[in-house]
Amino acid sequence: MNSILQPVAIIFWKDILLELRSKDIIVSAAVFGFLVVVVFNFALNVTPRLVTQLAPGILWVAFAFAGTLVMNRSFVREKEQGGLEGLLLTPVSRDAIFLGKALASFWFMLIVEAALLPVFAALLGFAAFSRILLLTIVLATLGFATVGTLFSAIAVQTRSREIMLPVLFFPIILPVIIGAVEASSQAIGGGASGGISRWLPLIGVFDALFLVICPWVFSFVVEE
Amino acid sequence: MKLVIPFLTTRPPGGPEAAVAQQKAGQAILVEGLNKSYGDWPVLWNLNLSVGWGEFVVLLGANGTGKTTLLRVLSTQARPESGMVNVAGYDCIRQADSVRRRVGVVGHSGFLYEDLTCRENLLFYGQLFRVEPIRPRVEAVLSLVGLTRRADHRVKTLSHGMQKRVAIARAILHQPRVLLLDEPEGGLDQESVAMLRSLLREWTQSGRTVVMTTHNVELGLAWADRVAVLSDGGLQFQNREEYRDSAKLQLSRASSPDQAASGGTALTAGSPGE
Repeated sequence: MNSILQPVAIIFWKDILLELRSKDIIVSAAVFGFLVVVVFNFALNVTPRLVTQLAPGILWVAFAFAGTLVMNRSFVREKEQGGLEGLLLTPVSRDAIFLGKALASFWFMLIVEAALLPVFAALLGFAAFSRILLLTIVLATLGFATVGTLFSAIAVQTRSREIMLPVLFFPIILPVIIGAVEASSQAIGGGASGGISRWLPLIGVFDALFLVICPWVFSFVVEE
Repeated sequence: MKLVIPFLTTRPPGGPEAAVAQQKAGQAILVEGLNKSYGDWPVLWNLNLSVGWGEFVVLLGANGTGKTTLLRVLSTQARPESGMVNVAGYDCIRQADSVRRRVGVVGHSGFLYEDLTCRENLLFYGQLFRVEPIRPRVEAVLSLVGLTRRADHRVKTLSHGMQKRVAIARAILHQPRVLLLDEPEGGLDQESVAMLRSLLREWTQSGRTVVMTTHNVELGLAWADRVAVLSDGGLQFQNREEYRDSAKLQLSRASSPDQAASGGTALTAGSPGE
């Protein structure tokens, strides 16, 4: 077990260190997400009555677009600096490389979401720190980061990588985003727990599927 | 900020099965009937090569003759279409992880993270290769390539030649049995080239194997135990004397009036006999 956990932790920590030095992923994604939230806030007159209907959609549009920026950079930085080839030359399994990169992307997304959520809650007027909402965000972000990391590795090998990533990636992640919007709607509106108990397990099932399939596919993606 | 993750333990690579495989392997590198193409373009076909332990082989060849591709296949970066490729006693396709553990690569790219320091880059790769004990080994290779004083400088702040030295340090960090270098002298000053030569000489003297590509024919002939010339997808020569004789022959032909009239005066690394 340690043989896979150790390289995962090393690669994760390397990405954290690189981001602390460059700050190009978190800052750009957070600023972009903040702009989305502000624009929607002014474009739509979100009255307290409409918060439950509009807020979840706006929230996940902001998270998904900001998350796409995070994913875009995940392998671009590796490719630009030759790090991916260096990683592939080590005796570390491809699964471990994938999981290390996905864990770093997951963590970056959570930081961006943690910065955006209070702003969003203050502007639209709802309770940001509901346990169900936080659980929904963590579960959906896990699926988002897992699939996003795989498609980032695919897109980085194409010429129009910034366009290719969302085109390839959003159709696959759509069930998770739909589930997250529905569960967030229940959490923000304080709706029936039946809705939440239906959507959260669905997101969990997709996460589990993605966590099994994506590392396996990744090993073929990086093979020349 | 330190890159070493303290709570994780490391263990040395290999094991009893590795030692057995190593003993079985008479050759450091054994390639038989290797075919590799990019799309419809065949780069290497039916290539055979064997390199012994402690041998220093220089691959020469014109641009596009497949020198880099051959190194990529040997280092498991590229998969051959067919043929047998065995490095350090392990099959490059079925036992790729075992090959990677025993191979060090200096490529065109340094495989370094520009925002990390030299030391952090080496600690990162050292941990992935499970080098033990890691810190003394990192300091040793930094000293070997003459970068101790720049160890805490970010790679992007170093000159191209210094980055190349860090790349060399990264490649030898885990003490690989086989070292593969793709034009390593490019961008290095005279002092660094001398350092590289003495390092590679020590490497082969300790029974390890070096395969290097270069466009510098004189340097290749001076450094190598054996020169192999790639041309038309295969190895044209695998012997320095044979290559020298052929090169002399071509020079004498080129200086003849007929040859001079046809413009064939150049001694090219890839096709001395053509």
